Amino acid sequence: MTHDMTTPRPAADDSVGDRIRWTLSDYRVVVGQEFAHLVRQPANFAWQLGFPVVMVLLFVYVFGSAMDVTGQGAGVGYIGYAMPGLFAMTMAFGFMNTAFAVADMKEKGFIDRVRSMPMASSAIVVGRNLADTIQAAVDLAVLAVIALLIGWSSDGMLWQTIAAFALLLWLRFSLIWVGIWIGLLVNGTEQAGNLFALAFPFGMISSVFTPPELMPSWLQPVAEWNPVSATATSIRELFGNPVPIGDAWPEVHAMTAAIIWPLVITAIFLPLGVRRFRNLGR
Amino acid sequence: MSSSVIEAHGLTRRFGETVALDDFDLDVARGSVHGLLGPNGAGKTTAVRILTTLQRLQTGTAVVAGHDVVREPRQVRRRIGLTGQQTAVDDLLSARQNLVYFGRLFRLGKADARARADELLAQFGLTASADRVPKKFSGGMRRRLDLAASMILAPDVLFLDEPTTGLDPAGRREVWEAIAGLTAGGTTVLLTTHYLDEADRLCDRISVVDRGRNVVDDTPDGLKRRMGAERLEVVATTPEALESITEVVKAVGTGEPSVEAEALTVSAFVHDPVDALVSAAAEIRQRRLEVADLGLRRPTLDEAFLELVGRETA
Repeated sequence: MTHDMTTPRPAADDSVGDRIRWTLSDYRVVVGQEFAHLVRQPANFAWQLGFPVVMVLLFVYVFGSAMDVTGQGAGVGYIGYAMPGLFAMTMAFGFMNTAFAVADMKEKGFIDRVRSMPMASSAIVVGRNLADTIQAAVDLAVLAVIALLIGWSSDGMLWQTIAAFALLLWLRFSLIWVGIWIGLLVNGTEQAGNLFALAFPFGMISSVFTPPELMPSWLQPVAEWNPVSATATSIRELFGNPVPIGDAWPEVHAMTAAIIWPLVITAIFLPLGVRRFRNLGR
Repeated sequence: MSSSVIEAHGLTRRFGETVALDDFDLDVARGSVHGLLGPNGAGKTTAVRILTTLQRLQTGTAVVAGHDVVREPRQVRRRIGLTGQQTAVDDLLSARQNLVYFGRLFRLGKADARARADELLAQFGLTASADRVPKKFSGGMRRRLDLAASMILAPDVLFLDEPTTGLDPAGRREVWEAIAGLTAGGTTVLLTTHYLDEADRLCDRISVVDRGRNVVDDTPDGLKRRMGAERLEVVATTPEALESITEVVKAVGTGEPSVEAEALTVSAFVHDPVDALVSAAAEIRQRRLEVADLGLRRPTLDEAFLELVGRETA
């Protein structure tokens, strides 16, 4: 054993400026760790994409052939309707991966370790979200390439297409806060896994695959007011894909709703997540 | 500088109806290895979680490395390391990447974090495995990596919550050796364990914890002495000799000797251990008895522990 070891001390963070600088540095380190995962374990990433890809193929080739969303006969134009829905669904379900990963960190004592360290208490929560949002962008790009390969295309202008993808990520970004909060709330990964039973209807009772007009009247408002619907409807508009819409407010003002919903979700769940992290010891 | 690095008074912590800590006191001397010994559910982990700022304190005061855990948690966190019950390392990153990652979160610069990672890998005997993922490590190696991650800032106090639970004997020995080297750098170690041999081997002082209270605070030898006098023990070679040996032991011991016929062993408490040993040896020579073993025996820590906890809870 060496006895001439350096015994480093952390830099002081007593001034406000230092604290902000170190907090940003903490975020960067946490995001960097997530990327190191991606590089070292690409297989995990591939598995995560498996579900949406299988859904694309199922919906377009199996269910799609029986659906008449354009009024021009079963199967006609369905891919144009379904692909934006699948993009939205991938964004809607993705937060479960976050919840699962956070629950796993908590279960394995990782969260305890970082909570006993002199880092910013928001770093794990915020860093996690930034990393997962960036990863969602990669998910989305892969999915878009698959969609192009099976014959989907965006008829919108370039800025509209970009805006559509931005709205998708905006939805995912807001839902990741929910995922982090859930992950910190549940006891273990098993409970986090069970929550998929809640997330599935949340994604499905929407205009993702079926126009709400075709649903029973009591379910229609749920689907119409679902944040996922707002994003799905507005990106359909931006992509220039078929958009059969009803006259409910969130459908008529889908774009506004697609911007405001994630804002509301973030405003609620970001503070909840940070607070939950700080209060784990109560 | 105070000679105590942990001073806790009257810690109480309830979880609903359960009282995890009940007026718990603790005083840990700088540079020592201090053990919290007790059965599962005694409150050891809750004590560690409060002292490491993970759990909120309800009543009482705790000062760790010169800072109050409630008022100055950030100051405390800069001066402690924690190795919890599970090995909290990232299984997808290599051993070196793990240490650099934690070094960065301890706010070392990139170069410093790398240099420190290499030092720690060498200190904990992991240099050869630096680029492997801990998923493929043995239990002892994972634990050593975990310890290394807690030692990044060479903390004033290192908290180890059941550091060898779930390890095989080889793994336990590896971890014991690693822990024994820690105090050389001036770090004070507070460890919890329910293994008596572990506490006996590693600790300078032991606090016996039972039902949320610090029942006894003593050195391992002191704890054994609390059990009472030492015993003189003689082991016969044949069952026929037991009777004469019992007479010999009875003559030097206090009270009736206990005879374990199957083990051919006769023993009794003695007042003056050396005197008793010499007299017994002389008498055995005088009677021309053959014995397999003759000696003084301290009670084991197991016996001391059961005695202490039993006495308290009876």
